[in-house]
Amino acid sequence: MKPIFDIRNINKQFANHKALDDVSFVVPENSIFGLLGPNGAGKTTLIRLINQITAPDSGELLFHSRPLNRKDIENIGYLPEERGLYKKMKVGEQAMYLARLKGLSKHDAQQKLRTWFDKFDISAWWDKKVEELSKGMQQKIQFIVTVLHEPELLIFDEPFSGFDPINVNLLKDEILKLRNQGATIIFSTHNMASVEELCDHIALIDNSRKILDGKVKDIRDKYKDNVYEVAFRNLKGDIEGILNGDCSLLKTGKKEDYQFASIRIKNHLGPNELIGKLLPHMEIHSINEILPTMNDIFISSVEENKNRLT
Amino acid sequence: MNKIGLIIKREYLTRVKKRSFIIMTIIGPVLMAAIFIVPVYIAQLEGEMKIIGVIDETGLFMDKFNSGDQVSFIKVEEPLEQAKANMDKNGFYAILHIPRSELNVPESAILYSSGQPNIIVKGVIENTMRNEVESLKLSASGVDPSVLKSIRTKINLLTIKINEGGDEEKTSTELSMALGFISGFLIYIFIFMYGAQVMRGVIEEKTSRIIEVIISSVKPFQLMMGKIVGVALVGLTQFTVWIIATLILVSSFMAVFSDEISGHEISKMKMQNETILQQNGNMEDNAENVNQSIVTIYESIQSINFGLVAGSFLFFFIGGYLLYGALFAAIGSAVDGETDTQQFMIPITVPLILSIALSQFVIQNPDGPAAFWFSIFPLTSPVIMMIRIPFGVPFLDLFLSVLFLILGFFGATWLAAKIYRTGILMYGKKVNYRELWKWIRYK
Repeated sequence: MKPIFDIRNINKQFANHKALDDVSFVVPENSIFGLLGPNGAGKTTLIRLINQITAPDSGELLFHSRPLNRKDIENIGYLPEERGLYKKMKVGEQAMYLARLKGLSKHDAQQKLRTWFDKFDISAWWDKKVEELSKGMQQKIQFIVTVLHEPELLIFDEPFSGFDPINVNLLKDEILKLRNQGATIIFSTHNMASVEELCDHIALIDNSRKILDGKVKDIRDKYKDNVYEVAFRNLKGDIEGILNGDCSLLKTGKKEDYQFASIRIKNHLGPNELIGKLLPHMEIHSINEILPTMNDIFISSVEENKNRLT
Repeated sequence: MNKIGLIIKREYLTRVKKRSFIIMTIIGPVLMAAIFIVPVYIAQLEGEMKIIGVIDETGLFMDKFNSGDQVSFIKVEEPLEQAKANMDKNGFYAILHIPRSELNVPESAILYSSGQPNIIVKGVIENTMRNEVESLKLSASGVDPSVLKSIRTKINLLTIKINEGGDEEKTSTELSMALGFISGFLIYIFIFMYGAQVMRGVIEEKTSRIIEVIISSVKPFQLMMGKIVGVALVGLTQFTVWIIATLILVSSFMAVFSDEISGHEISKMKMQNETILQQNGNMEDNAENVNQSIVTIYESIQSINFGLVAGSFLFFFIGGYLLYGALFAAIGSAVDGETDTQQFMIPITVPLILSIALSQFVIQNPDGPAAFWFSIFPLTSPVIMMIRIPFGVPFLDLFLSVLFLILGFFGATWLAAKIYRTGILMYGKKVNYRELWKWIRYK
């Protein structure tokens, strides 16, 4: 797996606070990379470094394994969290302007914009002023302008905020399509459900430091806790008695015709042993391993980091 | 096209296409033309004849009051109290009461009127009475008024400047003053109007949150310079349109109405002049003076180096704007809205207003130390130097002024770029001077 972006020992100090403290990670090519962290952790600073809006105090930023240079910004698309458009300008004019600032020729910009406007079914807006559009409509135009010049690396900072669920799905589809066409996407968000859904890799930043990174699957495996949820009917006896100390019952519940139990099994046991124990006493309908959600991992990692610091 | 070119183009086109710009561009020349045309037009209108009732108890003055185009005098026989009461009924503008005096010659009079009497009326009365009193006093001391008239002399001070080559040229201080002040004032207006536009443009980009999108494509410095240059072009466009349109309007007005005006107006003005001159009793002298001064003005117009004035005007006009434009951009970047700009505006507005306030002292003494130092200091030099130039300045002064303005421009731009780069990404923070200083020192 080739890295597209390599962040090595980056430090960035502002007047009296350290925004990034020795941060390193690798963004693999053609992946969707989640950049996570609580507010004020340093994500936006890091994204601004990648976009060359600011420069690091020390450390290296490698794009395709060579130092990042000014020309590379034409190969990067950035949708900032704080985003807007010139309110008094016409939509088409403005989109052309932003596209040409990214280095597209007049002809290419026009052609590509027409294609995207048709795709999003917004061609009728071309001559409208931005202030006449709703916030969601403006977001669509910002998205188009970000991806228009077909950059290799796309950076989305909270891309879904301000969209309704239908448009969120439209956007998700487009993001996946872009990845499938070969783009790499850095995706910064607080929405952990969309991280689970979209991201292949993540890096978690807290308090200016990277505290966790890797493949989403590996991380969830690493944090898994051997918890299984069993759905059953016709229980004979009492579950705690059946489990007999080898496993611990976390919670039970009832939903429609089924009863549920969440059970954590001890390290030396596997799911088969659990089924073996339970089978004589009930009619099992399903058994699923409960993986920790990214939300749980996020919270527990940040808490852990806080405890380590204090 | 490179990116800074794209930015300039956008800044220029969005402003020029605005309705407010188009309206201002049209209204401007109309207003300026009106300044030229309206006074001429109003002067052309017949003034209302003002009738003054005169109660002359001394009997010395009544015959001396000449009724003219605008003021006429009628003797009133009624006693004062009654005349005052009947003023409106009799159609008098005012009642002039010259009381009998214990002295040989009376030196005071009272003018009763329902409103504030106008200056022409006062002037005519005062002149007439003074002339009469003076000639009475002269006769009393045994001097023939005609002798005095022949003695009375008007000094013509011809100012001649000797330039380095030893050539002599006639100069007109008044003309240099007018030229200097007008060009200095234009620079001042231009800096304020368009500097503020740069600032508003930066604030707009910040509050609409488009800034981060743009600076992920171009360097903040490119965006800042593109905006400053774009707005400058807008200003130059507007000024050019204004000047050309004003000239066209005024000259076409003159062409259409010139016969009427020159025929009617000039003869009327002549007549007025003549009446006043007659009253003053030195018409010939004055006519000579008028001719003389026209010649002098003509010669001194030729003495002003218009190439130099125009060239330096362009330089200080643009140089001053660029320097201030950068500072205005820096302010715009440091605040969240226009209401927060006040505290940072002071260091910018003070030198500008100071240079206008100083302009009258500089005009009085264009080679004095104050004029010299303020025309070197880059924040005041665009206005002050421009005021000095029509008087002629030593080459060294001009050179220093130009040099320091260029250095000042680079310095201000460097400083502004540092503030701008940090400021545009800073939201919701109350910024003070210490904070700005911190931004300047960021690597």
